[in-house]
Amino acid sequence: MSENILEVKNLTKTYDGLEAVRDISFSIAPGEILGLLGPNGAGKTSTISMILGILEPTSGSITVFGKPLAEKRSDILSRMNFTATYTSLPGNLTVSQNLFIFALLYNVSDRKFRIEYLLKEFDLERFRDTKTGLLSSGELSRVNLAKAFLNEPALLLLDEPTASLDPSSADEVRQKIKNYQRARANVGILWTSHNMNEIETMCDRVLFISHGKILLAGDPKTLPGEYRKKNLEELFITVAREPLSLQ
Amino acid sequence: MIQISAIFLRQFLLIKRSFHRLLGIFYWSFLELLLWGFLTVYLNRIGEDRLSVVTVLIGTVILWNFLMRVQQGVGISFLEDVWSRNLMNLFASPLKLWQYIAGLVLVGTAGAFISVGVMALVAWFLFSYSFFQYGILMIPFIFILFFFGLGLGLYTTAMILRFGPSSELLAWSIPALIPPFSGVFYPVSTLPQWLQYVAFFLPSSHVFEGMRAALLTGTIDANSLIFASALAVIFSIGALFLLHRSYRYVLRHGHLTRFQTE
Repeated sequence: MSENILEVKNLTKTYDGLEAVRDISFSIAPGEILGLLGPNGAGKTSTISMILGILEPTSGSITVFGKPLAEKRSDILSRMNFTATYTSLPGNLTVSQNLFIFALLYNVSDRKFRIEYLLKEFDLERFRDTKTGLLSSGELSRVNLAKAFLNEPALLLLDEPTASLDPSSADEVRQKIKNYQRARANVGILWTSHNMNEIETMCDRVLFISHGKILLAGDPKTLPGEYRKKNLEELFITVAREPLSLQ
Repeated sequence: MIQISAIFLRQFLLIKRSFHRLLGIFYWSFLELLLWGFLTVYLNRIGEDRLSVVTVLIGTVILWNFLMRVQQGVGISFLEDVWSRNLMNLFASPLKLWQYIAGLVLVGTAGAFISVGVMALVAWFLFSYSFFQYGILMIPFIFILFFFGLGLGLYTTAMILRFGPSSELLAWSIPALIPPFSGVFYPVSTLPQWLQYVAFFLPSSHVFEGMRAALLTGTIDANSLIFASALAVIFSIGALFLLHRSYRYVLRHGHLTRFQTE
C-alpha cells in the first residue's frame, strides 16, 4: 500500500483558551478527494491554515508526503498549492505577471509554457494583460485556480474553489480538477464547499466538522442514509443545528 | 535565489506600471532638496563667509533621504503585500521569511541608490554642490545610514506584522522621532544636554556630525564612525530578531488571516 499524501494526527488549535480544532485525525490517500465539511466557524479554515503551514498547531502533527510539515515546510509547500476565497492576488499586476511571480516562488520549470497552458486551460487568455484588480469575482477565481495548478501540486487544498463561479463555469472547473487528478494517480485533494451536490459529485470521502471536532466520516453517497437523512444537505443542516443528535 | 528575485520583480513591476509610485521615489526628495538648497543659497548670501558651513545642509539632506528611502523601501514594499492581501499567498508558498526579507531589502536598496543618485545630480546642476566631495568618507556614511535605515524598515515591518494593518500609523510615527535628534539640519550641540545623550545612541547623528566636522576642520573622529557602524549593525540585527519574533507570533495566533480581512 502506498503512503498517504497527508496524515493529520491529533491536531488541536487553541486561541486564548478557545479550542478551534479539537484533536482531529485524518488522512488523504493518493488519488483521493476528501471533502471537509462543516458550518461557519467549525474549524475548517484553521485546519487548512495549519496544513498550509501558516498557523502553528497547539498540539498534534501534520505529515505531508511522509515528511513532517514543521521541519520540512519549504520542501513540502513546493509540492502543494491552494486556493481560497479569502485570499487575493495583487490587483495592480496583470494576470500573466501574477502567474509569473508565483511560478518563480514555486520554482516552476518551463514557466512560460506552463503559464500559457494554464491561461488556455482556465479560459484566461484574453485577460493575460488585464490587471487582476479589474477582473470579476468569477474571473479572479479562475486566476486563483490557475495559480494553484502552477507547480502541478501533488496535494491541493481547495477552499470553496467554485464559490464565485456561475453554474456553467463551476461545472467546467470541477471537470478540469477531476481531469487533473485522474491524469496523475498520486494527487490528493482536500476540498471544502457549501455546495453539497458538488461534494457528492467530487469527493470520495467526507469529514463533517462541528465545533472543531470530527463528527462524521464516510462516503458522501451512503453517509446520509446511514443517519436516516435524505441527502448530504439534510445531513449538513443536522450537523449545523443539532450536532448532538448525531453523536 | 529565485524566490528573492520573485519578490523583487513583484515590486519592480508594481513601480514600473504605476506613475504615482515612480514619482513617489523622487518627488518628496526633490522637493526637500529644492527647499533646503535654496535656503542654503540664501543663508550663504546674507551670512557671507560666516555661514558658509550651511552648505553642509545639502549633503545632510541627501543622506537623510538615503536613510529614509532604505527604511520606506522595506516598509512600503511590505505594506504593498498587506494592502493587496497577498501575504497568505506568499507565506503559504515555499518562500522562506529570510528570502522575503532579502527581497524587500533589495527593493529598498535599489530605490535608495537611485533616489540618492538623482538628488546628487540635481544638487550638482542647481547648486554646484558635489555630493562626492567627502571622498572615501562616503563609504562609512552610507554604510551606517544603510544599516540604520534597514533596521528602521525591519522594525516598522515587525510592528505592522505583530499588531496588524491598523498599527500602520504607530509604526510610521516612531521612526519619525529620529530626525530631530540626529543633527540633520542643526548640530547636536544645539540640543539640551540630556537629549545629546539620546543623540549619541543614534547612529545617524554620528554621520551628520561627521559631515559637519569634515567640512569645518577637514578631519573626522574615526572612533565615532566605528561606534556608529557597530550601533547600526546591532540595531539591524535587533530589528531582524524582532521581525522573526513577530512572524512566529503571527503563526502561533493565526493572525496572517487577519491581513486578509482588516
